Amino acid sequence: MTAPLLRMLGAQTLAELRARWRIAAFSMTSLALPVVFFTFFGLPFASQTFPDGVSVGAYLLVSFAAYGVGNVMVYGFGIGVANERGMKVDLLMRATPLPPAVAVLAKVLVALAFALVSIVVLIVYGVAVGGVRQDLTVWLQVIVRLLAGSLPFVALGFAIGYTAGPHAAPALANLIYLPLSFASGLFMPVSQLPAFVQRVAPYLPSYHYGQLAWSAVGARAEPLFVSLAWLAGYTVVFLAIAVRAYRREETRKFA
Amino acid sequence: MSAGATPIVELRELTKRYGDVLALRGVSLAIAAGEIVAMLGPNGAGKTTSISLMLGLRRPTSGEVRLFGLPPTDRRARSRVGVMLQESGAPGVLTVRELIGLFGTYYPAPLPVEQALAMAGLEDKADARVATLSGGQRQRLYFALAVGGNPEALFLDEPTVGMDIEARRAFVAAIQTLAGTGKSVIFTTHYLREAEELATRIVVIDRGIVIADAAPRALMARVAGKRVAFTVTQPLPADAFGGLVVTALDVSDGRVRFLTSEPETALRRLFERGVEPHDLEVTGADLEEAVLSLTRRPERA
Repeated sequence: MTAPLLRMLGAQTLAELRARWRIAAFSMTSLALPVVFFTFFGLPFASQTFPDGVSVGAYLLVSFAAYGVGNVMVYGFGIGVANERGMKVDLLMRATPLPPAVAVLAKVLVALAFALVSIVVLIVYGVAVGGVRQDLTVWLQVIVRLLAGSLPFVALGFAIGYTAGPHAAPALANLIYLPLSFASGLFMPVSQLPAFVQRVAPYLPSYHYGQLAWSAVGARAEPLFVSLAWLAGYTVVFLAIAVRAYRREETRKFA
Repeated sequence: MSAGATPIVELRELTKRYGDVLALRGVSLAIAAGEIVAMLGPNGAGKTTSISLMLGLRRPTSGEVRLFGLPPTDRRARSRVGVMLQESGAPGVLTVRELIGLFGTYYPAPLPVEQALAMAGLEDKADARVATLSGGQRQRLYFALAVGGNPEALFLDEPTVGMDIEARRAFVAAIQTLAGTGKSVIFTTHYLREAEELATRIVVIDRGIVIADAAPRALMARVAGKRVAFTVTQPLPADAFGGLVVTALDVSDGRVRFLTSEPETALRRLFERGVEPHDLEVTGADLEEAVLSLTRRPERA
């Protein structure tokens, strides 16, 4: 006889949610950062429009929303997993009947919930303070696309979490994710970046992630399937790195 | 073997190698339902390795492990087992009550959280965050997590390390209560008193093999049995112990101590060889000495 998986998943998700909420520094940072960045880099241009008629405010708002969701995933999983390993919680959980897949799924659900809140907070802020206007269906599309497309950043988080220790993980996450976001045009449009960065950008996961958001607000972007293909490819690459690091640790700790 | 008699855990010809070190060198063991088994042995003997293999936390180099007749990683097997490991950690931002409740959902028929708290003596700390617990309280939390799922068998690796005397006493009482309800308990310990008090069976492991496996009383009867101690004023003759089976022989400052199962024979021989014992004491060896005599090779001086 075994316990019902759905009950396990519910309890595990609730526990993750509580734990995440109680580390206020982390949860608040992940909600506040996109708002802060939008305030400095987006608000001054919020009322302008690009030559093709796309609202600069909406464009920058969804750029920072993309940054924010990726941030929740990369930092949440990167630091979270590294911490659990550091505290040897993995050892405790390993001996229980909790299937690892359920534990991971609970983490993903909680991360998605936080990501959702971070997008909504930013949109509300942009609309209320920046006067950014889009149809509700556009905002909904932005939300759905950004959540669905966040998988490579979940995988990147796991890769960091299983590679780095609890002290190195935050630094490594910063070192990878911030330049990635800058170079992909999430902080300012790609066209305004240095020339060599513009050449690199189309190969970065966050660039294609940004495309999902930009096309939703009417900006010219690559076809949706191209973005999705890139994101799927990066998911596979990051997962492969994560699984490799996980296996190496398994061998060291448990072989 | 019929279904009713499936052992809790069964090890067959188990070996485990870590790099160059052979931690287990062929261990076979079957533990039946209702047994309270203490695993004793010096540090590095292979106790923790054995437990890890029983639970599928590590993979054997060769041999086979069955937990309730299943591979030990099978969820159906894990659901019948509560575990307390050395050196595991717990998520610090949850409260004791929350964590015990969470672990309960992993098992098909968990205990009410209050009951698990009471068994571990953690009622006072129920709403404290795990990160604020002392070492001993943490150990009690792990015990609460192990029993909270209401499993049929408990595997406890060094359960009382870090507990104060009071906590240890409460722990021993809790194990006795569990044993009374038909649970099986497999535990490792350095405290031989615990083994003596709790176990129905003692397995002594040394250098990766089982060197004794018996009820505490039988173990004590079989090995050593008596401790002999006396003082000598003159140095012992070179062959004083020739042909005598004694263990744990120790001579210091003229005081001679050893363990033997035949004190009368040993003393007669010593008299014959011109040894004149003063302050002679012959006492029954306690379990600690019995185990000590097993984990040391017999000395024939």
